[in-house]
Amino acid sequence: MERDDIIEYSLDAGHSEEAGRVIRKKILFVTILLSVITSVEVMLGVYWRNWMPDSWHWVKWTFIVLTLVKATYIVMSFMHLGDERRNIRSVILLPYALFLLYLTFIAIWESTYIHETLNQFL
Amino acid sequence: MIWFFLVSDALTFSGLLVSYGFARHSLMPGMEWPVGELVFNKFPGISGSAPLMYVALMTFILIISSVTMVLAVEAGHRMDKKGVVKWLFLTVIGGLFFVGSQAYEWAHFIHGSHARVTLADGRTAFLEENPHEEGHMDPATFAMTLGSTHGEKMEGPEAYKLFENATHVTYGANMVENEYGPPSYANFFFFITGFHGFHVFSGVVINFIVLIMVIKGVFHRRGHYEMVEKAGLYWHFVDLVWVFVFTFFYLV
Repeated sequence: MERDDIIEYSLDAGHSEEAGRVIRKKILFVTILLSVITSVEVMLGVYWRNWMPDSWHWVKWTFIVLTLVKATYIVMSFMHLGDERRNIRSVILLPYALFLLYLTFIAIWESTYIHETLNQFL
Repeated sequence: MIWFFLVSDALTFSGLLVSYGFARHSLMPGMEWPVGELVFNKFPGISGSAPLMYVALMTFILIISSVTMVLAVEAGHRMDKKGVVKWLFLTVIGGLFFVGSQAYEWAHFIHGSHARVTLADGRTAFLEENPHEEGHMDPATFAMTLGSTHGEKMEGPEAYKLFENATHVTYGANMVENEYGPPSYANFFFFITGFHGFHVFSGVVINFIVLIMVIKGVFHRRGHYEMVEKAGLYWHFVDLVWVFVFTFFYLV
């Protein structure tokens, strides 16, 4: 029996030699970018004490932003979510992002509260 | 379908990392959370301190094996069987290297480097040398630091006497206590990196199976290399998770 519920994958699975060259160039760019970001993170982590002793708070935020940049490149380029149709992209990313924003917010809020409560008794 | 699996797995990992953040942020006043570059400062072959270098190398290996996976997928799009085999093989090798590195990291973490000593008068001290490495300790060269690993130094037989009368000594890390900080620190370390390490391990197994199928020509006959792409998505996901574990466990 001919099945009509399977999305034919092979239709947009191939590309030519020409397109392959462009894609490989992009992969190289992302590789270099990810490596550079990782080295910067490690350098900041090791030497921040000597460079800027009072601004650890800002270093932390730099780490988080750099991590998000790395994650974006991995998801959008390596996992080629950036090339998918917009609806698919939204279905995957939006519920996850919304839930996680809420979860982090509530965890930080509650843990601060617990910490301050403990502080009153010790 | 693979995306649904990846999103649910991502939720598991975010749950773990958020609970890690919760434990760290609500820490009992008076306790201190360990600093990553002081705990993970060993590199095989280097006797001195090399903060974060080893974990940076691990991260780099995982990123590079992610890159070789993209190249395998790209070769698959061109129906270039030889290319797929080459890049997929390198991906498997990178994954094995990562799992091995994690074993080293765990061994170092469990083994410890400065045993934590609770002295009879309630103060905390840290040994200069790990007694597990030195075997028998010599009172003449014995040394420990008070308060933290960078604290005031005490040396010689007098310090050794204090050590002998100590109420409690913690070597390395286990599920109950650890020399670095609160017990939950080691517990989260074991669970999160262990869970991630198991993902890497299963990723290596999946990649290996796909590699054998590629070599046998299964996908070439099928006309497309979709399976390489799906295994690749899982592999990139493992890399993605490590990017976050690296930041929140070792850097922040």
